[in-house]
Amino acid sequence: MAEIQQQADSGKGGKKRAKKMSTKIDMTPMVDLAFLLLTFFMLTTTFAKPKVMQISMPVKPKDETEEQNELKASDAFTILLGENDKIYYYEGLLDATTKPQLQLSNYSADGIRKTLVDRRAQRPTTVVMIKADDKANYKNMVDILDEMTITGQKKYALVDITKEDTDLIKSSGL
Amino acid sequence: MPKVKPHRVSPSLDMTPMVDLAFLLVTFFMLTATPTEDTAVVVDTPSSVSDKQLPDKGVLQISIDKEGRVFFSSDSQPVKIAALEKVGAKYGQSFSAKEKKQFALLPDFGLPAQQLKSYLNLPAEQRKAVKQPGIPVDSLNNQLAEWVMAARAENIRTFNSAPYIAIKGDGTADVPTVKNVIKILQEKNLNRFYLVTDLETKPVASN
Repeated sequence: MAEIQQQADSGKGGKKRAKKMSTKIDMTPMVDLAFLLLTFFMLTTTFAKPKVMQISMPVKPKDETEEQNELKASDAFTILLGENDKIYYYEGLLDATTKPQLQLSNYSADGIRKTLVDRRAQRPTTVVMIKADDKANYKNMVDILDEMTITGQKKYALVDITKEDTDLIKSSGL
Repeated sequence: MPKVKPHRVSPSLDMTPMVDLAFLLVTFFMLTATPTEDTAVVVDTPSSVSDKQLPDKGVLQISIDKEGRVFFSSDSQPVKIAALEKVGAKYGQSFSAKEKKQFALLPDFGLPAQQLKSYLNLPAEQRKAVKQPGIPVDSLNNQLAEWVMAARAENIRTFNSAPYIAIKGDGTADVPTVKNVIKILQEKNLNRFYLVTDLETKPVASN
């Protein structure tokens, strides 16, 4: 290998010297093994521990008649998560008489994030309601919860989508 | 002029520092390694800006794969065995000590309680071929709630603390399944849980 054994010189006819052994040992196999182990452990280690996002759902009301805080229409901001990564939003509340204007948005920085930031600059008491359509996927849900963190929106809630909401999406044609 | 003899350098080089380094790294990786578990289902989690770590201990994890199948796992073997006994008893299944041991070693599972026994008796290499249907989560046959409550009760009994409940959903999983799982937890008055995500860098919200 990488060593060259020095020939122990034998004196001419003199005393027979004990053969001087080299004090070096060939470390190559050990190095091989060390790197093999190193590679193995590097590949099997899961470095990044998964991160988590904490969500707290409201406590289920014990009594259906229990009084709940009414949300003011002026504070309400509803985000609808549609299929194909689409987001719709409207301001105010939807009921039989008032049909708010539905807007289309997306998950980019100029999309829903800007809208949320602008909206909160105008009205800091905004409460965001997130309603995910059945065709939306879980990633959309995580993304929109993420937007809440990014924009610093403290008050938001995951709400079930209603039939009126889906009808609104359909009729808007967006 | 005498010829300049090239200085003869021994071709051997001192490998000691390299070996030192290599073994240092080996030791480091050995000590920090948490081997990747061979889970029954591949879940590609979406990313989020949250930098909160998943706790090391006391986690009950509910995985939802892209087909909407639900899997359950716990990181503590005694908790798993106790949950198996409890849920098994409820569905008229009893398990031998060997089956319990096998169950404790499973990283996760997604089978109705009725099918667990036959699955546990399969040799380990044949288990991979079994397509697990997921734990039933519909309102008529809500086994997930049983598992969660049984594991939670055992966790509280042994560790004196309520476990963290983590939902690990695939990015393409559909919302109704995820919502259903959340609803089941809410019905059991478990209102705080974690959504497992990957890390992404936090963009700055400008206005």
